[in-house]
Amino acid sequence: MKRNVKIRIAYVSIYVLFLVVSFVLGYNPGKEIAFNFISFLIYMLKILPCAFILIGLFEVWVKKESIEKHLGEESGIKGYVWVILLAGTIAGGLLVAFPIAYSLYNKGAKLSIVFSYIGAAAICRVPMTLYEASFMGVKFTMIRLLISLPLVIITSILLEDYLTKRNYKMAEGK
Amino acid sequence: MYYTYAITGLILLISFIINKRRTIKAIKISFIKFKKIFPTFITMLILVSIILFLFPDEVILDYLGNSSKFISVLLASFIGSITLMPGFVAFPLSGILLTKGVPYMVLSAFTTTLMMVGIITFSLEKEYFGVKVTVIRNTISFFIALTIAVITGILFGEIFL
Repeated sequence: MKRNVKIRIAYVSIYVLFLVVSFVLGYNPGKEIAFNFISFLIYMLKILPCAFILIGLFEVWVKKESIEKHLGEESGIKGYVWVILLAGTIAGGLLVAFPIAYSLYNKGAKLSIVFSYIGAAAICRVPMTLYEASFMGVKFTMIRLLISLPLVIITSILLEDYLTKRNYKMAEGK
Repeated sequence: MYYTYAITGLILLISFIINKRRTIKAIKISFIKFKKIFPTFITMLILVSIILFLFPDEVILDYLGNSSKFISVLLASFIGSITLMPGFVAFPLSGILLTKGVPYMVLSAFTTTLMMVGIITFSLEKEYFGVKVTVIRNTISFFIALTIAVITGILFGEIFL
C-alpha cells in the first residue's frame, strides 16, 4: 500500500472513531462536527453526480479540434466570452469548476482560458449572482462583477505567460 | 439545483438517443473520474466539518462586527479564505451582517474570498493542477478580493480619499 493511502486511512479512522465516541459519550462538539460533515456531504452529493456526468458526456462528444479552435491558442477575446458564459451557467462553484477546468485543458483549451473559467465559476454564476443581489443590493453585486472579471482575465493571462515559460503541464489521468 | 438535474437528464437522454454506446462510455468515464477524486473529497469534508465548528456564524458575526473597518476587511478575508460555504448560506448571513452595520467593503472581502480562495479545497485543487499553481492562483485571488473590497469601500463612501 502507498504511504499516502495509509495516512488517509489513519486519519479517516481517527475522525470516525472520534465521532462515534462523541455520540456514545454525548460530547456536543463531536456531534456538531458530525452534523457539519453530513450536511456538506449531502450538499456535495446533490451537485457532483450532475457535474461528473456532464464531464463524461463532454469527454466523449466534444471534439478536441473544436475546443482548440474556440478556447485554444488562437481563440482571442471570443474565447474568454465563451468560457465566462459557460462558467456562469454551471452550478456548484469551485468544487465543480476544478474537474471541468481540467477536462477543458485536456481537450486543448489554453491555460489563461482555463484559469479564467475557474475564476468566473467562483464569482459570476448567474443563479448565485441573482441571489447575491437580492441580499446585498444590485450596486454591490455590479461593482463586484465589473471589477473582478477583468482582474480575473488579466491575472489569468499573466499566469499563463509565467507557466508557459516554465513548461508547465498538468498532471495526467485525473 | 433542480434545473441542473433537469438539464443534465435531458442532455443525457438526447445523447442516449443519438448514440447508445458513446453515452455508456461517457457514464463510465464519469464514474472513473469520480472514483479517483472521491477520497480527496472526503478529506475536504473532514476539514470543512471541523472548520465550520471552529467558525460558526456567531463567531463570524462577532469578529466582523466589532473592530475597525480595515482590520475587519483583513479578518473577513482570512475567515473567507479558510471557510467554505455554499452561496445560499453565505449571502443570507452577509445580509444579516449588513443589517447589523457591517460595512459593505468588509462583506465584499468576506464573500469574494469565500468564493475564490479555498484553503479547504487546496487538497482537491492540487490533485488537478499541482501545488505551485494552486498556491499562485489562491494568492492572486486573495489580492483580487482585497482590491474589490477597497473599490467597494470607495464607491459606497466607506473610505474617504
